[in-house]
Amino acid sequence: MTAYSGRIGTTPRGRGVGARLAAGFLYALGLPMLLLVVWGLVATRATSQFFPGPLTIAEAFVDTWVGPAFVEDVLPSLYRLGIGITASIVLGVAAGTVIGLVHWLRELLEPLLEFFRAIPPPVLIPVMMLLLGITDTMKVVVIVSGAVWPILLNTIEGVRATDSVMKETADAFRITWSERLWFLVLPAASPRIMAGVRQGLSVALILMVISEMFASSSGLGYRIAYFQRNYLIAEMWSGILLLGLVGVFLAVVFGLVERRVLRWYHGIREVNRA
Amino acid sequence: MRVHSTRRLRTLRTASLGVVGLAGFLVAWQLVPTLGLINPQYLPYVTDVLARLAEEFVDLAFWRRLGSTMTSWAIGLAVATSAAVVLGTIVGLVPVLRRATHTMVEFLRPIPSVALIPLAVLMFGIQPQAALVIIVYASFWQVFVQVIYGVADVDAVARDTARSFGLTRREQLSHLVLPTALPYLMTGLRLAAAVALILAITAEMVIGNPGLGRMIELSRSSGDAVGLYALVVVTGLLGLLVNLVFRFVERRALSWHQSVRGEEAR
Repeated sequence: MTAYSGRIGTTPRGRGVGARLAAGFLYALGLPMLLLVVWGLVATRATSQFFPGPLTIAEAFVDTWVGPAFVEDVLPSLYRLGIGITASIVLGVAAGTVIGLVHWLRELLEPLLEFFRAIPPPVLIPVMMLLLGITDTMKVVVIVSGAVWPILLNTIEGVRATDSVMKETADAFRITWSERLWFLVLPAASPRIMAGVRQGLSVALILMVISEMFASSSGLGYRIAYFQRNYLIAEMWSGILLLGLVGVFLAVVFGLVERRVLRWYHGIREVNRA
Repeated sequence: MRVHSTRRLRTLRTASLGVVGLAGFLVAWQLVPTLGLINPQYLPYVTDVLARLAEEFVDLAFWRRLGSTMTSWAIGLAVATSAAVVLGTIVGLVPVLRRATHTMVEFLRPIPSVALIPLAVLMFGIQPQAALVIIVYASFWQVFVQVIYGVADVDAVARDTARSFGLTRREQLSHLVLPTALPYLMTGLRLAAAVALILAITAEMVIGNPGLGRMIELSRSSGDAVGLYALVVVTGLLGLLVNLVFRFVERRALSWHQSVRGEEAR
């Protein structure tokens, strides 16, 4: 994300703040606006059945999702997603720390974990349906069973790669076990952990949608599949839009949390680069 | 000599511990239904699953399904990669384009590709094209973003040097931009290969075009638990294979690069 912004702190002279703000605004929103306008024009000219114009979709969006559908379909989905993600993070970081710290345990489990990570997560949906039936628990377990692997494996890597000088320093100062975990191991692993969480988030979102398309009578994924089967095209598009917004929302929240958690790390990197 | 033998001893230890872990898992799997913790109807014996696996491996129909899954995987990955490399290079090299497309990319990228499944079904029905749309969309972003980062990462001194030596645009592309972006491209390719496999199988499960994914869904709906577990194991092995192959390709393509050379020197 940093490679995108090519700014280097200096402000170009001779242009006011207003002009720069306007230019930034134009860059940020110019292309999306242009595409929307083109899309709208094309949609009014050639009335393709499957591609309604943006205004139709916006209307359908308000009609479909603002109101009881939000409580019935969107909130349960987000609730399951939230629980799944939280459980994945807790489980992945806890197990990853233990496995990363205990040498023989890591060697024992490594091939097994590699195999489990390689299983495409949606394949686990039928398995979980068999084991747990079509329940909310099943969907949460499906989300966890897919999202936990990148977090777990990255945590193991991060814990393992703790700086050896710092480890020896901690030994020399006889820092207690819990302090060591909290002040050395976890912070040292946190950049890797956050990278794992980022991968886990997108997997979790995918699994939320598919588990609902497969086995559900409510939820965002179910609604979108339902609209498609009933040829409610604009409503279907509005559902896709909503999923996109959820994805963007997750990415933004993650970006904020990451910046907060890894503030020290980015600071060090910037100093090193300068 | 002595250092050499201890190192060999250590790799032997690692390998044997790994085998022990694997064996332990299989034994635990066998014990759970045997002890009646979970009904064998829902979690079949591992011996049954392995026997079914052996049966599948000599079944031509199984290989045909595997073939159609891997065909859509390969086509999807190839289309996505070539589109992403071309577009990513152009966007990455032109700062104005990079700034202008930033919002679009940041909005389109997090859209889960499975959200497009209904749209793909509407447009193409249960033909392979429907699966291809999903696969291409998902794997495109993995490569595209990496290529943009990579192309933008060209060392300023190297670029100035190239310019003062009067390298033409084409020479700059092949001697300056390509080597800089290659490690990024390889990372993107490895990620995209894994994602494309996931989406290929998912699309078959949901859309129902022929392949391993549809077979998984069929064995679920017909209550064939043994077949279901056997196929899940197959997809895991497939994922492992794809990972290994692309890691190998990455190392070969980057054998000149510091990240690989440094590792080997250790």
